[in-house]
Amino acid sequence: MSSSTRLAGALPGNARSRVRLGDRIGDGVLYGLCLGAALLALLALALIVYKVIAGASPSVSRFGLGFLTHSTWEPNFGIFGAGTFIYGTAVTSLVALVLAVPLAISIALYLSMVAPRRVSAIIGPLVEMLAAIPSVILGFWGIIVLAPFLQAHLEPFLHSVLGFLPIFGSTPTTGTGLFIAGLILTIMVVPIIASLSRDLFLSVPRELQEGGAALGATRWEVIRGVVLPSSASGVAAATCLGLGRALGEAIAVTQVVGAGNAIHASLFQTGDTLASRIADQFQGATSALHIASLFYLGLILLVIELLVNVAAQWIARHFDVRRVGS
Amino acid sequence: MMNDPVGRPQDVTDLPPEAGGSFERSLPGVQEPDSSGMSASDLPDLSGPLTPSGNLRRRQLVSRLFEAAQTASALLAVAVLGLVIYSVTARAASVLSLSFLTHDPPLVSGESGGGIAPAILGTIVIVALATVIAMPIGVLSALYLTEFASPWTARAFRLVLDLLNGLPTIVVGLFVFGLLVVGHHQSGFAASVALAIIMLPLIARATQETLLLVPAGMREAADALGVSRWRTVRGVVLPAARGGILTATVLSVARAAGETAPLIFLSSIYGNTISLNPFSGALPNIPVYIFTSSEAAEANGFARAWGAAFVLLAFILFANIVSRTLSRRSALSR
Repeated sequence: MSSSTRLAGALPGNARSRVRLGDRIGDGVLYGLCLGAALLALLALALIVYKVIAGASPSVSRFGLGFLTHSTWEPNFGIFGAGTFIYGTAVTSLVALVLAVPLAISIALYLSMVAPRRVSAIIGPLVEMLAAIPSVILGFWGIIVLAPFLQAHLEPFLHSVLGFLPIFGSTPTTGTGLFIAGLILTIMVVPIIASLSRDLFLSVPRELQEGGAALGATRWEVIRGVVLPSSASGVAAATCLGLGRALGEAIAVTQVVGAGNAIHASLFQTGDTLASRIADQFQGATSALHIASLFYLGLILLVIELLVNVAAQWIARHFDVRRVGS
Repeated sequence: MMNDPVGRPQDVTDLPPEAGGSFERSLPGVQEPDSSGMSASDLPDLSGPLTPSGNLRRRQLVSRLFEAAQTASALLAVAVLGLVIYSVTARAASVLSLSFLTHDPPLVSGESGGGIAPAILGTIVIVALATVIAMPIGVLSALYLTEFASPWTARAFRLVLDLLNGLPTIVVGLFVFGLLVVGHHQSGFAASVALAIIMLPLIARATQETLLLVPAGMREAADALGVSRWRTVRGVVLPAARGGILTATVLSVARAAGETAPLIFLSSIYGNTISLNPFSGALPNIPVYIFTSSEAAEANGFARAWGAAFVLLAFILFANIVSRTLSRRSALSR
């Protein structure tokens, strides 16, 4: 700004004062608008936390922290507990991560290391488009197309081969339940982790990879010995972001999870998650305490999500091997 | 340039087989002492063409197997995308026609025929209003981060935006419900506010990335000419970043158009007479239409829901392709 005043000094007096005044107002207005917009974002975040806490407070004061461990949810009797939904959220997200992380890393490695450039320029965007499919469509597809397939083929197969494991222990019934919810979440999470990981793999310095190759390493050995270790922290952060998505997904899970009210070890049984219970019951909530308890579920979800996202930021910042190295 | 950083595997086959033996463990730089020692008889016969044998052949096989698995994973993802698009298209085919886009749904959802015109219009109104709210705020806060804020402040606000971005959309819905619907009634406006909160961090972060790409030389040139800050922003920075801002907006519109979770209790109760005034009451919209039809489990409703899903999916994929072309073009011009 000092440069502008200096130049204005060369102008005739009349123009000079006009320029300076107009510009000073313009600069001030722009600064005010920009700061206001940024503060509005901050305000939105703070208000969200406040409103969710306020909405949950009747239920919080009624049930306290015991809400987290009790698994009875009986709107008609005014008894509410989040145990079933915390369990369901954890299980479906775990299924999603167990399936999605290896798949997504493989896809990212294919796109960054294996595929010819032209091929990855086509397949990369296609994988990202998977993330663009709205969850309501994916959930609808899950009920109509995927569930009958699981019921008829995959679940009986898993039950007959791995039935000794409790998670595959019950005979498949309708195809809806925790297992399909985990699969749908996998489809949502894979493109997120894959596209972030691909960018990380592409940013691994070429010298390191070529050094490995010069030592006689095969492509896989370079990946395992150089590429993966030097981007591990970033992949972990990407996984956290994917986890955040899986934990918070409401609609698609509501459609396929079966709205169960009890904890089952078997993935083929129905269950429910925090987000999907809110989506399922909020509109038809019967009492003020019911609504407050749904807000309480939202509060639990909010706290978990904030923690997961902060963890992702923290991992990315503190364990960045490359940044520490350079 | 980046896709074949390791070189062709054939290059490696030119090494004598012994070179591969202890390679993996020696990568970190610790040389494994070779206890076997080397004698002249161990050296390969250099007279013939070199072919991998033993350990090296095994290692190459492992490498190929992993490459095959990676290729298969990528193909699986593309196959799932194809399967979803195919399912939606095939099941929507029976209802799709021009009248499907321009007619009201039948009064009784069990009847066949009818269209989803109100839902399409409602979604357009809700998303347009959300964009009008989110875009200026998003671009201005990105400007604050890049043009005004100190590094520490910028980092703090970036964290705020990232946290906002990581919020479950259903929680955003709860918030707007508590803010605008409790004590009043559902409205298209409430839905727009929720979608705007979801779009804001997307637009702000992407715009910020673009603004950071505007060459410092352009700002400095404007400074050197004595141009004030706001004129620099208006005349230099924003025009240079226009492509990126447009791309971000199109992408976030595509994201918002399919967002369902907040809408199911912000804009889901509407009668048969529909006004398109977002402030007067709830507006019908495509995501809620698909959701309620899918829960209702009723054949003719299903058919219309597939049709609605097709319309929504087509718009979103189209918007994605458009934004991709836009960003490629602006990257080229830079």
